[in-house]
Amino acid sequence: MASNNYYDPADLRKFGNITEWSKELGDKFFDYYGKVFEEGALTAREKALIALAVSHTEQCPYCIDAYTKDTLQRGITKEEMMEAIHVGAAIKSGATLVHGVMMMNKVNKLEM
Amino acid sequence: MLKEKKKKQQSLHKRHSDLAVANKQLEKLSNGIFANGELPLFSEKIKETDHFPLRPNKLEILQINVGYMCNQVCEHCHVDAGPDRKEIMTRETMEQCLEVIRNTGAHTLDLTGGAPEMNPDFRWFVDEASKAGIKDFIVRSNLTIIRANKKYYDLPEFFKNHNVHVVSSMPHWTRGKTDKQRGEGVFDLSIKALQELNAEGYGMPDSDLRLDLVYNPSGAFLPGDQASMEKEFKHALLEDFGIHFHNLFAITNLPVSRFLDYLIASENYEDYMYSLVEAYNPAAVKNVMCRNTISISWDGYLYDCDFNQMLELKVASKIQHISEYNEDILNDRKIIISQHCYGCTAGAGSSCQGAIAD
Repeated sequence: MASNNYYDPADLRKFGNITEWSKELGDKFFDYYGKVFEEGALTAREKALIALAVSHTEQCPYCIDAYTKDTLQRGITKEEMMEAIHVGAAIKSGATLVHGVMMMNKVNKLEM
Repeated sequence: MLKEKKKKQQSLHKRHSDLAVANKQLEKLSNGIFANGELPLFSEKIKETDHFPLRPNKLEILQINVGYMCNQVCEHCHVDAGPDRKEIMTRETMEQCLEVIRNTGAHTLDLTGGAPEMNPDFRWFVDEASKAGIKDFIVRSNLTIIRANKKYYDLPEFFKNHNVHVVSSMPHWTRGKTDKQRGEGVFDLSIKALQELNAEGYGMPDSDLRLDLVYNPSGAFLPGDQASMEKEFKHALLEDFGIHFHNLFAITNLPVSRFLDYLIASENYEDYMYSLVEAYNPAAVKNVMCRNTISISWDGYLYDCDFNQMLELKVASKIQHISEYNEDILNDRKIIISQHCYGCTAGAGSSCQGAIAD
């Protein structure tokens, strides 16, 4: 353990090393991962913005690091990046609030 | 804050910065992560595909740097160009260049700077060089020069009259990103200049007057896919400003001079070098521009590329000056490399003509 932190930016570069302890599954994962981000019905640009938004909802520092750089490389603007994050944030807060209906149902059932 | 702003308007040379000295840059590029074995030296990397020592292919491009003076002080400039740089090619050296241009086997002549138009003999030189019958005659124009002073307003017409191929820098289709890299107000002036070039016929669909744009990232990251970027640039510039151009060249920033200074100051140097090494593409090595280019400096010395020129790494040949130019002897040389060369082999590769990997 070289670091005293749970997260170390330099560890992102070591992501590929996960194949060392389980080559077959690691390789399958990276093949899949690479394929997902290729141009398809969605453009690579659209996928990069989705990835950036999900990186935030997952609150994954490595993913935020990687996809901020990735979106910049694609010439995506700061405004587009922030809007994408708001989409993630809206779903997150909406997912919280829509459970309010559950709470309301329960209250209505319990109260006279 | 004001002091910081003023500093940004001066070249590293004017500021007497450590990195104004080529050797200091070369030291930085060979020490640290490259000395302790964290990252492989470029020579080691190209040995893997039997490309060491790197040798030239057929000479195709003569790139002449007519001086380091520029009306802009871009943060990423590998030339460390600016209004305070006084290195300017004399007419005598230009005459020696013309002798070479008339006899070369190269099909492309590429004038660069600084802002090449600021050389007092620029128009005379273009006039003479255009008579040599070179197939592709490029002038690298920063665009703003066309609007910098009345005496430059007719440049689009001048370029047209000499059938010059204009290649211009445009880091982004938005004002914010462009001005951050190239200085306040640069975006608006560049747009105006592009519209004037279009008005002369430059960059228009089906026009023979070639207008290409150079995109290079405005920060410590690599350029995206050239074809996708071109599509976005075309769409945005046409939609927002009615501007047409032909091709977009996506160029990687090399860790040289002011971009190296920026990388170190912003604590991005190591990460950036990791990105370059991780993106190393052996297919790009086959086509790196130093294999088909000779770069000539304002004082007539010969280099493998414009970057080596700024690092003061003259060609490894007994012919080192335009006055003794001999293409056969020059082509039989080993190309001088260091870790900055990773910039030309990352991803789709990078050259003054954009991506290079097949």
